[in-house]
Amino acid sequence: MQINEYKPLIVAFCCNWCSYAGADLAGNNRLNYPADVKIIRVPCSCRVNPMFILRAFQRGADGVIICGCHPGDCHYTSGNYYTRRRMALLFSMLDYLGIERERTRVEWVSAAEGAKFAATMNDFVEKVAALGENKRLEDLRCKK
Amino acid sequence: MQRIGVFVCHCGTNIAGTVDVKEVAAALKNEPGVVFSTDYQYMCSQAGQNMIKDAVKENNLSGIVVCSCSPRMHEATFRKTAASAGINPYMVEIANIREQCSWVHKEMPIGTEKAIILGKAAVAKVNLNAPLTPGESPVTKRALVIGGGIAGIQTALDIADAGFPVDIVETKPTIGGKMSQLDKTFPTLDCAACILTPKMVDVAQNEKIRIFSYSEVTDVKGFVGNFDVTIKRKARYVKEDVCTGCGLCTEKCPQKNIPNEFNLGMDNRHAIYIPFAQAVPKVATIDPQHCTMLKTGKCGVCSKVCTAGAIDYQAKDEFIEEKYGAIVVATGFNPISMDKFDEFAYSQSKDVITSLELERLMNAAGPTGGTLLRPSDGEHPHTIVFVQCVGSRCSACAEKGKEYCSKICCMYTAKHAMLIRDKYPDTEVYVFYIDVRTPGKNFDEFYRRAVEEYGVHYIKGMVGKVSPENGKLKVQASDLIYGKQLHIDADLVVLAAAIEPDKSARPLATMLTASMDTNDFFTEAHPKLRPVESPTAGVFLSGTCQGPKDIPETVSQAGAAASKVIGLLCKDKLMGNPCVAHSDEMMCNGCSTCEKVCPYGAISYVEKEFRMPDRTTKIRRVAVVNEAVCQGCGACTVACMSGAMDLKGFSSKQIMAEVDAICK
Amino acid sequence: MQEIKREILISKAAELLESGVVDRVLGWKAGEFDYDVTPAMFHNADELEKEFVWNDFCGANFSKYLVNETGKSENKVLVFLKPCDTYSFNQLLTEHRFDREKVYAVGVSCNGMLDVNKIKESAESIASISMETDKVMVDTLYDGKITFERKDVLSERCINCKSKKHVAYDELLGEDGDVVDSSRFDEVEKLEKMTPDERFAFWQKELSRCIRCNACRDVCPACTCEKCVFDNPNSGIENKAAANSFEEKMFHIIRAFHVAGRCTDCGECSRVCPQHIPLHLLNRKFIKDIDNFYGEYQAGSEVGSRAPIVNYTTEDLEPGEAVERGDGNA
Repeated sequence: MQINEYKPLIVAFCCNWCSYAGADLAGNNRLNYPADVKIIRVPCSCRVNPMFILRAFQRGADGVIICGCHPGDCHYTSGNYYTRRRMALLFSMLDYLGIERERTRVEWVSAAEGAKFAATMNDFVEKVAALGENKRLEDLRCKK
Repeated sequence: MQRIGVFVCHCGTNIAGTVDVKEVAAALKNEPGVVFSTDYQYMCSQAGQNMIKDAVKENNLSGIVVCSCSPRMHEATFRKTAASAGINPYMVEIANIREQCSWVHKEMPIGTEKAIILGKAAVAKVNLNAPLTPGESPVTKRALVIGGGIAGIQTALDIADAGFPVDIVETKPTIGGKMSQLDKTFPTLDCAACILTPKMVDVAQNEKIRIFSYSEVTDVKGFVGNFDVTIKRKARYVKEDVCTGCGLCTEKCPQKNIPNEFNLGMDNRHAIYIPFAQAVPKVATIDPQHCTMLKTGKCGVCSKVCTAGAIDYQAKDEFIEEKYGAIVVATGFNPISMDKFDEFAYSQSKDVITSLELERLMNAAGPTGGTLLRPSDGEHPHTIVFVQCVGSRCSACAEKGKEYCSKICCMYTAKHAMLIRDKYPDTEVYVFYIDVRTPGKNFDEFYRRAVEEYGVHYIKGMVGKVSPENGKLKVQASDLIYGKQLHIDADLVVLAAAIEPDKSARPLATMLTASMDTNDFFTEAHPKLRPVESPTAGVFLSGTCQGPKDIPETVSQAGAAASKVIGLLCKDKLMGNPCVAHSDEMMCNGCSTCEKVCPYGAISYVEKEFRMPDRTTKIRRVAVVNEAVCQGCGACTVACMSGAMDLKGFSSKQIMAEVDAICK
Repeated sequence: MQEIKREILISKAAELLESGVVDRVLGWKAGEFDYDVTPAMFHNADELEKEFVWNDFCGANFSKYLVNETGKSENKVLVFLKPCDTYSFNQLLTEHRFDREKVYAVGVSCNGMLDVNKIKESAESIASISMETDKVMVDTLYDGKITFERKDVLSERCINCKSKKHVAYDELLGEDGDVVDSSRFDEVEKLEKMTPDERFAFWQKELSRCIRCNACRDVCPACTCEKCVFDNPNSGIENKAAANSFEEKMFHIIRAFHVAGRCTDCGECSRVCPQHIPLHLLNRKFIKDIDNFYGEYQAGSEVGSRAPIVNYTTEDLEPGEAVERGDGNA
């Protein structure tokens, strides 16, 4: 491993019922994914406010991923449907502003899909790492 | 400022193998608010928990961060520990450094670095935690069952059996539902009336059960444990408590050519009627659309013959209001209309009938006294064709049928075929099917008997066309196995019509804020794990309103719903989940956006007076969250643009503090 | 020039004041310059006669004023609404932001409003402006009279007028028109067709001019929050001065997101921006995407409608697909 290899910073919002449990399952099965991924637990993917995503970018995150129950399986019946619409519109807007579209993603991961969780994170980290540092949305004042 | 204690767990070597726990504890010691930080072999053990309790006392801690396994594993454990140490249980946060760190990363420096960051995020969150107390609400110990079919009857009986009062609301003049119209039941072939009517009598005689027949639910307010329900008691023009059910009026009434709904219009009834002999309550009802007295004021025969004096032409619809702790929906099903299926000539020939009509034709109490006769000429049919899946599994014809499998048709068609062959061995019986689905105890054996013992001709293929010709029904069909066209001259064609939820279900779902799928079946709180609960707390599902099912399944689901209701009514108080939404009324615009996304109908609005800085007052509309109903998903918090709506335990500030801690 | 004459508005207002239907009138009055028209409250015929203005610079959308104004008196307030204003009017009613009973709405047909900045591009030091049917005559201090074709100095939102039809009023002055088939998404499409780098450069250039004066927010009829999240110290994202370029992006993205599905595309944000940032292009992107992804939806076209962003179907497209379709290739 190179010493100065660029490591992206990834914030992953995971819903408590499916995706957070999926991440736990990835752990139970010892499925590796990069340590660059830091998970924040939310009750439902619909709790994720666009403000949180922008805030992460502002503070220097290189990628933000939101994971929720598969459509139709939401613990709260409809939360992830709202997530889907909100994020479709937000991501399209970020793209419109010229922010690299690979930096944001929504993925549906069930509590049984530990392998999918790990694979998703591996793939996402790889894609974000290829883009390099997030310069377009970061806030210089937040840099140390 | 919080006084936070950090406890880093080794979990044996599970964590300590890839995370330098000492370094994590040391690093977190320097975080804002942290006054104590330590590590231990097994934090969840008795010794570990005691360590937390001691640390709370010695350091006067106000918040706790445990860096350990997943909160899904031991959050509840550490919350209890906190409570017994005198701290609010919601002042505990878990940093998941096992499942999401030590188990998925291999190298110690990487694992340690990430564990420290996760720990920092948890500390940042606890710094903003506030003590939370679950809300309490009382429970009205009475249940409402909407629908008086077998599902509603069984649910009511089971709830009453546990000692709780139950009311059944039924739109028809009698309870009994679809099962009361059936002849025999599969796979045992016992007669439906023989097993249903004793249960109906049990309901009538049970002191805990009240029956509101000929009634409808018109309004539902409130929430789990505390529903306020308005029930409309339609004017029956017969005093229920006076009528003896002697039936004299129903014989003397001069208006006698009204299609009898109970026999699906295959014979007639009078304008004053009792649907069937075993009706409960056994009380006459005047049909206001056909009663001459009610329409023109001239007649009064029933009143004259009624020795009990039960007739009341002046009766009006009455509205009663009742309180309930739980509501069970048991609104049942109907066969779909055959109007759009012209290919089967249902509207052209009286001899093309639905399976439910066949039930009545074969029933001893039916229009033919149980002798199977052709409706057109009263002759005995010699060749009978059954068509299955009429409108079921109909993905290509969604405008007239249903995409789903109606589930019960394969079995009742086998039953019909078998009964006919048994009673009339000279009859040829053909069954056209797409698949024969017989999952259920003794179901496949039953179907095999129809084929093997009774010689029913099962043909895989669909009927393309039925044309009435010279008193016969020419049936064109294809045999998919032999790959040939079939032409059968039938005397009777029986259509296994798809079933759909009762039309009353949709408006009821709106009243209950219970969700439905696109087919108007009620959705469960969880399709596997909470199959008899609606996502709306306190609303339960029984029978076919949730999906097609047969009698045994309906009865077991009814029992399950009843046990859920009993579990609820046994409680004196309901403890809510304290992590619920909360609206800051100073910032709320009252715009109703949050209400639209709430899956539970937990948000309502009130007009409230506010004192303005200039000492005037202003009345504003603001949102109020019913904490007993809110489940804490947070959909409203994002819909709210002013930021008035926030989620306790997962507030915007807390989540952003975690984001900041991770991104630092 | 506007088809409906100032006198007709004044006499209508005076009549309604006289008969007691309303006790005050929300209208426009002249500012320092002819083109500088400001909203004002009138209480009697004298005031109206003296100060009331109705000309090609009466762009202000009064709907938002009703949120506070209706609470001030038990009596009705008269408000003049152009067709585009009525959409905001309905949207605010949908959100229960004012009491319909406290308003007497008079619809005024509109021939489009002018953009003084377009005039200023070729006419410095304006002394006065007068209008004819298709012409705008500008008297300048040093360069004499300059005449413009009206269509050349129409404001952007009026060139792309989406509706000449009032969707709400108690009474209408002039003829009601139709919903117009506008080409308002052309500019959005142009941006969509650029490369991400070009788009970033475009917005970087535009948004970096933002001085965070909050004019866009203050004028926006969808921004009627009792307290804006950006002013609220408890929201965690409170900020004021422009400290660097990100702040503006955060502010403008969040603002556009907050009004998504509620923005009627009235164009007030761009009209009032002192830095001439084309803010409406953010809102229009959301409108275009919503139309494209979830079926056409016009906020405010009817009271009580449910915006697509607070709705869903089980078959909605995935966010990843949305970004692909947002390219304008779909």
